[in-house]
Formats: sequence, C-alpha cells, structure tokens
Amino acid sequence: MAEAAVARDYALNEANDKHARAAGLVSAEWYHPAIPRAQLKALMARRDWPAIRDTIIWVAAFVVSGVAGYLTWGTWWTVPCFAVYGLLYGGSTDSRWHECGHGTAFKTRWMNVVVYQIACFMVLREPTVWRWSHARHHTDTIIVGRDPEIAVPRPPDIVGIILNIFALKSGAIAFKHVLLHATGRLTEAEKSFIPEAEHDKVYRVARIWLAIYAVVIVTAAATRSILPLMYVGLPSFYGAWFVMLVGLTQHAGLAEDVLDHRLNTRTVYMNPIFRFLYWNMNYHIEHHMFPTVPYFSLPALHEAVKADTPPPYPSIIAAYREIIPALARQVRDPRYYVARELPKGAAKITPPPAGAIPAL
Amino acid sequence: MSSGQWIDACAADAVAQEDVIRFDLGPRTFAVYRSADDRYFATDGLCTHEAAHLADGFVMGDIIECPMHNGRFNYRTGEAVETPACIDLQTYPVKVEDGRVLIKVDSGG
Repeated sequence: MAEAAVARDYALNEANDKHARAAGLVSAEWYHPAIPRAQLKALMARRDWPAIRDTIIWVAAFVVSGVAGYLTWGTWWTVPCFAVYGLLYGGSTDSRWHECGHGTAFKTRWMNVVVYQIACFMVLREPTVWRWSHARHHTDTIIVGRDPEIAVPRPPDIVGIILNIFALKSGAIAFKHVLLHATGRLTEAEKSFIPEAEHDKVYRVARIWLAIYAVVIVTAAATRSILPLMYVGLPSFYGAWFVMLVGLTQHAGLAEDVLDHRLNTRTVYMNPIFRFLYWNMNYHIEHHMFPTVPYFSLPALHEAVKADTPPPYPSIIAAYREIIPALARQVRDPRYYVARELPKGAAKITPPPAGAIPAL
Repeated sequence: MSSGQWIDACAADAVAQEDVIRFDLGPRTFAVYRSADDRYFATDGLCTHEAAHLADGFVMGDIIECPMHNGRFNYRTGEAVETPACIDLQTYPVKVEDGRVLIKVDSGG
C-alpha cells in the first residue's frame, strides 16, 4: 500500500529540533570543495569600491525614478517611474540587506551597517531578527525544524506564493511581527535563535519603524494623497515581485535534510541587470559554500568550483521550468523533490548521517 | 595563564602574513595567526558561536572572520566584535624560537 503523503512540520520547536539533532543534521559538517588557501584568500578579500560604485548607481536610480514619479504624478507616465522605484525599493533591497548582513559587501564596517539598516527597512526584514535567522539558515540550510528561512515548505502554499508576488502574505506577517516586537515581545521561534542580549535591539528598531510609518501615514492624510506612501511603505509591496522571482530559484523544490549545498541550492545564470539588482546572489551554491566571499567575487568563485557542482541553470526560465512542475507535484505529494545530479568526477558528497530523516 | 606548557605548533613560515592556520592537539584545536606586522598569536580554533574552524576564515588586520556566519573576533585579544559572535575567544601566549611557533597551552585540556 502506498505511503500516505503528509505535510511535514516545519515549526522551530523543541520536538523538531530534537528530531533533527538525533539525525545528525544540526550544526553538521557540510561538503566544501577544496580550494587552495591562497586562492580562497584572494576570493575572500574585501574592497569598498565595487559596492560604493554600485550604491552610487543604485541611489541615483532611486532619485531619477522617484523625481520622475513625482513630476508625472497624475498621468500614466507615473506607472513606469514607480515600477522602477518599486523594483529598487522592494526588490533590489533583498540582496543589499543580505550582502551587508554578511558584512562582505563593503570593506568598511559602517558602510555595511548603514546600507543594511536602510535595505532591511525597505524590504520589511527586521535587522536583528534577520541577522540571526540568516545565521541559522547558513548553519542548517533547509534542515526541517531548524532553518527559519525555508521559503517553500512541503506541500507548497501556492496561494501564499501568489500573494507574495506583492508581499501580501509575507508583508502582513512582517507587520504583525513588528507590532509584536514594538510591545517588547518575540515569538517562541524567534526566541530559539535570537540571544537574549539582542532582544532590546529588536524592540527598539520595531518602534523606530512604526514611528517612521506613522509620520508617512500622517503626511499622506494631511496632504490627502497616497503619494508619500508611494515612496515609503507601499513599494515594499508593489516592488516585491523581484524578490519572489529570483528568491524562489535559491532552494524551492530541492532536497531537504541533506548536508550538501549542491543538492539543496541552485546556481542560475542571470542577465547583467538582474545580477546588479541581485548582487550576484544567483551564484547561490557558491555563496552557501563560502559565505565569506563578497558578491563581486562570486563569479570567480563559480569558475573555481564549477567542475565540482551540478551544471548551473542557464536562465531564470530554465530554473522555473523545473521549479513550477516540482511545486505542483509537491502539492499532491509532499515527499517529492528534485534530486540534483553531481557532475562526473566531482568529489564525493558527505553522506547523510546514519538515521538521517528521509525527505518525506 | 601562569601554568601550562609550551607546545610546538608549526613552522613560523607555515603561516602567511595576515593569515591563519589550524593546529590540532589531541581533541583540542587552535588557530595560529601571523599579523601583517609579522607577529604571531593563538586562539581557540573554533568559533564561540558555532563550531566552525576559524582557520578557514578570513584575516583582516587584527580581525578573524568566521567562515560560516561572518562573526568577527580580534585575534590579539580574543574579543568578539561582530555578531553572531558574542562570546570572546580564549587566547594563548605565543613565542617564536628557532623558526618554530610555540603556544603555551594549559594542561587542563
């Protein structure tokens, strides 16, 4: 008789943590390709200029699209202006918070901190919460019951994915959490990965965010126009489609509970504009294997390890040709996942530990 | 650390300037650093946040960055200077004799 297809429990709770630990999947040794130390050191080297250059272009694009949106307000010409503004505000910020959160985008620490805080606000990711959740994501990538950033649990929530094209689900959750944090409380899951010494930072930033939104809402009400909200607040939603478009390619549909990023992560070739907006996070296998390598060195890292990784997807379309059918099948059968094949001659993977949980 | 014994960790030229290598002693693991001004330092080998080998990380000036989560420590003092590293690293006295790097390790294990 066929085994019943059941949804897995992705909650970060004691029972699931214990289960993952018993299977040897927590803080485990992951596969890393061998790169000569001198070469890796060169790849990890920090520089300010690439991110300063990119940030100047980024800010200039904000100014141009924002001013153009203001000047064309009330006409149809405002639509493309705010489409670009929203793409920058609600889309490109996903990679800015990420890279600056790792502290690798700029060599100078304060530059990472400033861009991190601004990008987090724009993309609705509370800086302290996401700093710690992302650390866990790197420790236990797509380990069920441990990773707080599994974007597509099985069976996939297709309605939720569609709503998140405009951040309607994720944004509502984000605001709910901001309100909770502003009252000096955290969720139980957040308490599991944020140390107590950091809790006050979470509460403080949540209150600052609410104060900013209050000012913008009052300004909109006073001017009887949604225009202020088109600049602050709404673009987190109307520009979120880019986060979904590129973000889903990272892990959706691939294996869970494996200790090899080549099996649970994708590298996808993208066009230069998307790579600018996404700060090369399309080289995602490489990023997970070596998080200390800055975004501007990921193409070189890709060249250094590609013989040891599955072939990259040639385009976003190619990635979605795999992802969409995989997610559709996971709706019917949550046990299904895309099993990636390693290239011939690639170094052997770290085998899953004895008793590893099979992907249900 | 007043007690302890000097242990031969590695050849002085085995560590590049502004870099780090790993040194294992039984079940214990250490990180041995050579600064840009050609001085040597030693700390525990594992990040205090999670068990990642710091010798796989990146040395920038006086800072060692953990390879897994980018937590940072001052390897001269052991001070944790960037989250998710919150707990300071244990440091160890170091001397160089006859081209060898020696670290003073307490016998308590």
